[in-house]
Amino acid sequence: MRPFGYVSAPDVATAVRVVSTEPNAKFLGGGTNLVDLMREGVERPDTLVDVTGLPLTAIEELPGGGVRIGALVRNARLAADPLIRSRYPVLSRALLSGASAQLRNVATVGGNLVQRTRCPYFYDHASACNKREPGAGCDAIGGVNRNHAVLGASEHCIATHPSDMAVALAALDAVVELESVRGTRRVPLLDLHRLPGETPHVETVLTADELITAVELPHLPVAAASHYRKVRDRASYAFALVSVAAALHVREGVVTDVRLALGGVAAKPWRAHQAERVLLGAEATEEVFLRAADAELAAATGLPDNTFKIELARRTIVATLQELLTDGSAA
Amino acid sequence: MTTAPARPDAPPTGTSGPYVGAPVDRVDGVVKTTGAARFAAEHPYPGLAHAALVHATIPRGRVTWIDSAAALAVDGVLAVITHENAPAMRPVKTQSVLDLSTLVPGSTVNHLASDEVHWDGQPVAVVVAESRQIALHAASLVRATYRELPSTVDFATEKRNALPQKKSVVDPGRAAKGDAEAALSTAAVAVDHLYTTPVHHHNALELHTTTAVWDGDRLTVHEPTQGIDWTRKHLAHRFGVPVENVRVIAPFVGGAFGGKWHVWAGTLLTVLAARVVGRPVRLVLTREGVYRTVGGRSPSEQRVALGADADGTLTALIHTSVTQVGRVGGGPEPATGLSRYAYAAENVLVEQKQIALDLVPNTYMRAPGEAIGSFALESAIDELAHELGVDPIELRMRNEPERDPIDGRRFSHRKLREVYALGAERFGWAGRSLRPRSTRDGRWLVGTGVATAFHPANLFPANVTVRISADGGVLVRCGLHEMGMGAATAQAQIAADALGVPIESVRVEHGDSTLPAAPAASGSTQTASIASSLLAACEKLKRSALALARGSADSPLRGAKPAEVQARDGGLHAARGGETYAAILARAGRSSLDAAVGAERGFAAVAGQVRFMSKFLLDRRRWVRAASGAQFCEVRVDAHTGEVRVTRWVGAFDVGTVINAKTVASQLRGGIVMGIGMALSEATVVDPRTGRIVNPGLAEYHVPVHADVPPIEIHCLGDPDPTMPAGVLGAGEVGITGVAAAIANAVHHATGRRVRDLPVTLDDLL
Repeated sequence: MRPFGYVSAPDVATAVRVVSTEPNAKFLGGGTNLVDLMREGVERPDTLVDVTGLPLTAIEELPGGGVRIGALVRNARLAADPLIRSRYPVLSRALLSGASAQLRNVATVGGNLVQRTRCPYFYDHASACNKREPGAGCDAIGGVNRNHAVLGASEHCIATHPSDMAVALAALDAVVELESVRGTRRVPLLDLHRLPGETPHVETVLTADELITAVELPHLPVAAASHYRKVRDRASYAFALVSVAAALHVREGVVTDVRLALGGVAAKPWRAHQAERVLLGAEATEEVFLRAADAELAAATGLPDNTFKIELARRTIVATLQELLTDGSAA
Repeated sequence: MTTAPARPDAPPTGTSGPYVGAPVDRVDGVVKTTGAARFAAEHPYPGLAHAALVHATIPRGRVTWIDSAAALAVDGVLAVITHENAPAMRPVKTQSVLDLSTLVPGSTVNHLASDEVHWDGQPVAVVVAESRQIALHAASLVRATYRELPSTVDFATEKRNALPQKKSVVDPGRAAKGDAEAALSTAAVAVDHLYTTPVHHHNALELHTTTAVWDGDRLTVHEPTQGIDWTRKHLAHRFGVPVENVRVIAPFVGGAFGGKWHVWAGTLLTVLAARVVGRPVRLVLTREGVYRTVGGRSPSEQRVALGADADGTLTALIHTSVTQVGRVGGGPEPATGLSRYAYAAENVLVEQKQIALDLVPNTYMRAPGEAIGSFALESAIDELAHELGVDPIELRMRNEPERDPIDGRRFSHRKLREVYALGAERFGWAGRSLRPRSTRDGRWLVGTGVATAFHPANLFPANVTVRISADGGVLVRCGLHEMGMGAATAQAQIAADALGVPIESVRVEHGDSTLPAAPAASGSTQTASIASSLLAACEKLKRSALALARGSADSPLRGAKPAEVQARDGGLHAARGGETYAAILARAGRSSLDAAVGAERGFAAVAGQVRFMSKFLLDRRRWVRAASGAQFCEVRVDAHTGEVRVTRWVGAFDVGTVINAKTVASQLRGGIVMGIGMALSEATVVDPRTGRIVNPGLAEYHVPVHADVPPIEIHCLGDPDPTMPAGVLGAGEVGITGVAAAIANAVHHATGRRVRDLPVTLDDLL
């Protein structure tokens, strides 16, 4: 690993000040992704500003029924939190489907949002990758790409975002709070990540010196009936081929509220607005669910290795909605 | 349990005591669970330096420029060794069956002797530094440029150019009886399909690691190897020192599975680096480094064609394979081996072809040949059963051979009927519907499958000494390999029973080239091979003890003949009474009594090698010897997503004598777990454009996790093979065979979908 400086930040103001003044500095949370990438020589910071001592570890109920989650809450604790489990089960399940118990004990909410793709060519310094080295080309296109994106990809990058948690947050209309020397701003989670376009190395709207300090979930009654379904090659400890975060409310056979997001299919957690539009106000039947999935996936395109993901996403959307419908929680 | 009649030429089995067969705790259990056991990377040396490798990033060509300056500028870097400054090693010797150590080089490349690159990942430089962290960082700063030469790296496109494998004494590569193609074309029912398997890697928990210490021209190497003796000889040759000057130490190996059988680049380059810097040097490969420099299992394409009468009698069996070797090393993968012995077909053709690619040479991996060959053959049998509308076990039993179907040799211990009966009963096979897709449980499609497990049994010569001391303690000395399977425990049990002493008084010294040499731990041969010599040594020892006692007027054994003497209760006993070894030694005024078997040197060793090869070949002409089994599983396939989960497993095996009920079950279970990975998730992915391994790590090479593994029931017949020492057929590899086929067959039963390309993934089932 390349040598680097290390600073432990005593407070948020110092953390953001150091990162804004030191050249090539990065925030260090749980380190479960950043440190790996440093070992591989993909991330090459000169200074790490350790933020894990900052007081951003609360999970608080907000007036009006929402929840505010400190950015340094560890994944395991968030998954086990009673408020989260009862009001946003999709989030708890998404967290528990990710990584391993050991990693979840360390990984933070803020870090989870900005973890980087698992595209093997991104990890491999001997391969061409526009994300790692802008303009270098993309070896995944034309290479091994079974795990890659079918929605929102570009000719420059077909990587996917690996987070499960972020998919649930995308379904839940979460808002991310950012802090920098210029002050505080709030960004809807759906606007946090960017599609690759011509600049796949720019993955979020965060500036280099902005620290994620909190994630807020709105009051969202539909989320009480929600589920996360992750489909992968082995039963645990694998990234999603496709995942679905869904919340559904049905009254008298008609969908009165719905949230749907997909993981493993794009460079960002993919909110399925097209599908939601089909579902809302329609009858809650398998046929409608299929129609909704097809509407969302109409724009999907596959490569030889990953075209199966389109059909898999379609089936997983339908199966997840059906499950919410038949287990009674959606009524 | 069934019992085979004793045969006149049966060797002493020595397996009648209280320990053999019992679930004895591992003798190394405490040191391993407390962390006291030292593995190869855990030996401290003053002045120890650390190495890291720089790997080539092209498949074939020449290094045109290599820049070490940035690496050398890093504080704590001691040396950057490249082809420009490396001292020469001697080239690899030509392979010869008279010197089996010539088989151990993982590659013929003489590392850092030239600018040539033969595969993506080949080491082009070694960095030595004060710490591993510094070495790894400095290695990342070494820059190389290349002139690339044309290469062939893609198995899928090159397989059509495969040539028949060269014939060798160990594996003829081809066998035929009758005209299988003609019989196939006229068969009442036939199946004829291609099956493929990808590259696999061993992924032992312990990374490949070497600690090399030079003292003048004496070399000590801590190395987790499966072949201490051959590694020692190979290092002596490559570095031009007498064999006696090299000591290889490996008391504990943290998993190997074939991946630590050969001597790979990292080992040689560590020894070289230690010579260059004049300090002890340690190299612990990164996981990526293991993938790039240590071979894996060859991929394969296999054709299996079966023809049968309407009643299911096989008339034709064709099994051909294409596998790969590296252009600079590797060897045949005997994928069709099982098909020589499996079924009593009238007409048989087995043939192995191979191609050479510009990739890291392939190597052995748990059940080479049989692991992947059984996937193809046992899937095809299931397909034929489905075509015939016959239960797949019934089809197998109808075609169970009495003798070797090709050349009529006898089976020493053919127990497939028994293991199938046992397994079927324990699994609850009776009443299974033949119709695919006939069972559903909620979202899950449920199916069951079965396949034959089979692995040949062999023997290699082993040297052993046994000593009984005046205090009654027994010391067994043998350079055997403890790689987690319980090897030392098994030999302690055998010695305790053979000498009639409590197991607590037996100590086994192992894992060091200063001990009498053991054969490499491979081919599931170690327990039987060492038992053979150990039992003979114990016999000698008992005779020596009796000789001391019988001449003494005071001994209750006075005048006793060897045949009337029993070893028990810490000593020898005859009709008129007995006494302990301690008492015998005390009266004779001896501090200890020793016996040795083997331990030859010089000409005697060469003669021993010749004698061994002759017996090896003679035995092969006389007997077909093999461990076998029946693998039963239940799978559940998600009706929507195609996810496959294995939910139940029963394995019934004939491994001959079960020396240790606990460790044998663990070995077999471990093989099944590895087979589940092979069936459902494991594949080393090679970029077809560049020959570069795309997933060199455990994050993307998916071995099974706990959640993928169901409870696994293991049953063994426990019946000794009358032709094998201690009746042992070996349990290290048979467990993985048949597993992938049983799963693919169960997936077909669950879904109606036949998958012929491993791994079986959900995209095959959508």
